[in-house]
Amino acid sequence: MLRGPANLGRRQRLNRFMGALFCIATLLAVLPLLLVVGYIAANGAQGLNLDLITQLPKPAGEIGGGMANAFLGTFILLAIASAIALPVGILAGVYLSEFGHGPFGDVLRFLTDVLTGVPSIVVGLVAYTLLVIPLHSFSAVSGAVALSVIMLPTVTRTTEEALKRVPATIREASLALGIHEWKTVLLVVVPAGLGGIVTGIMLGIARISGETAPLLFTAFGSQFWQQGLLKPVAAVPLQIFQYAIAPYKDWHQQAWAAALLLMLLVLGLNLGVRLVTRTGFGSVR
Amino acid sequence: MAASAPALAPKRSRVRDLFGAGNAADAAFRIVTLAFGALIIAVIAIAVFEMASQSSTSFGAFGLHFLSGTVWDPLHREFGALPFIYGTVVSSLLALLIATPVSVGVAIFLVEMAPPRLGSAISALVELLAAIPSVLLGLWGIFVMVPFLQTRLEPGLQVAFPGVPLFTGAPYGVGLLAAGLILAIMIVPTIVAISRDVMAMVPTAQREAMLALGATHWEATRRAVLPYARSGITGAVVLGLGRALGETMAVTMVIGNRPVISASLLEPSYTMASVIANEFTEATYQLYVSALIEVGLVLFGVTVLINAAARLLVWRTSRASELVVG
Repeated sequence: MLRGPANLGRRQRLNRFMGALFCIATLLAVLPLLLVVGYIAANGAQGLNLDLITQLPKPAGEIGGGMANAFLGTFILLAIASAIALPVGILAGVYLSEFGHGPFGDVLRFLTDVLTGVPSIVVGLVAYTLLVIPLHSFSAVSGAVALSVIMLPTVTRTTEEALKRVPATIREASLALGIHEWKTVLLVVVPAGLGGIVTGIMLGIARISGETAPLLFTAFGSQFWQQGLLKPVAAVPLQIFQYAIAPYKDWHQQAWAAALLLMLLVLGLNLGVRLVTRTGFGSVR
Repeated sequence: MAASAPALAPKRSRVRDLFGAGNAADAAFRIVTLAFGALIIAVIAIAVFEMASQSSTSFGAFGLHFLSGTVWDPLHREFGALPFIYGTVVSSLLALLIATPVSVGVAIFLVEMAPPRLGSAISALVELLAAIPSVLLGLWGIFVMVPFLQTRLEPGLQVAFPGVPLFTGAPYGVGLLAAGLILAIMIVPTIVAISRDVMAMVPTAQREAMLALGATHWEATRRAVLPYARSGITGAVVLGLGRALGETMAVTMVIGNRPVISASLLEPSYTMASVIANEFTEATYQLYVSALIEVGLVLFGVTVLINAAARLLVWRTSRASELVVG
């Protein structure tokens, strides 16, 4: 491999060549982000107006209207999904961090990671068979349950990581004072790891706020205001999808504008997390 | 580290011993958190059971022929999933083919070359790409990427490779190539993040030993870092594959949605996830719904296996480096 000075020039040229290739690869990886964000910002800004977030959709083909109901619907879906996923995810994370040292903990950790990789459309199918068929209607509840399942592994694993970073000495100090273990966990360890838990919550919400596939046949979408949690509900990503594949210019414009708002929400949450945690080396899953 | 509690607290009864807790309240707390953990396992179990029972009609009607049948014709109650399996596999492999070299290159750049601040800035950008919802990439795909493919790239490929079966047919823009490209964009962040993490775990002494022998940086990377991180990088690529297989919205918007099997990358195709997305709400009779759920079950099974394999590979690398370092 290292034959001697005779090869040095060729080896150094190869070194520079490979270095240049890796720089190009990096540019190639960052370019799509810039393109997508740039196009959505430019096209979306043209279509932004107050109607978008205050008016109901007009019938197909008519100019004007907005998707206020979709913004409200997305808010409702996120609220219900969080109400389900946060308690479950946080407590399961507490279990993994505080008590999950045995084989059951390993199995649970592994299955939680596997759940992260289950395609969101499959989660939608399951929510359909469990909730839409028995209730005989597409509904906000079924959509929210599907979203909560997608959010669950993110919240669980970030909670676990956050609590594991709390030093053992803090737990021991509390236990040494005679404080019960459950109080130690809830009143000492969890508050100490709160920053990390909030990170998990924000990442979880960011992950589901743009989810479309599982809502197609659970929340279903609607052109009207919300009529109850057991009725179909509109959602911003669904509306963007329907408008994007429809043949109307005005709908395309609205899709871009809604995409801009959705993108600001998602990127805002992600940048917020970055500011809170101040780490450049988080992880994508 | 949290196991300090049972060691400190005196053990009193069998039930409490069982859960390692010092008193009843602690035992109850442990049981409650355990129950929520078990709920996650229950969710997975219920999902498997539901999908299996709902797809039994279709399985009973077609058996294993469902996977090899090439005709998907709801009007005549004939359901074969092979065109979707083909579209899913080819678009995902195409995505891997594009994304793997780029992602490993980025990971090498981040770990071996970039100054720390530039490195973390680029890491942050790549991770933001992962956060962009699929439907927004699809929107960009329909209105920006597809027209570009149709008017520039695809005619260009046909001129550059005349008569090659991969690039025959009219350039529609939508098709396997578009799906592969958009999937590549979506899985780059996954592969980069994990490859970067496993490469960062390679002990610095490895590199220094190579450099001290007079190796160039590339030689040190190739001989001392990459072999070490190989199974982790493989895991990252497999994880990317898992993500690509199940990806729905962006692919549905650019693949053309036609259940045909064609050697040409320019032809429209269809994936398992997109056929569910497009047809599920229009499925009017039991067998049709059941067939679509069976497609979902196949997708579910494949992605779970792939994810499990990937996690094991990544886990093996981190375990190996812990042994060396610690």
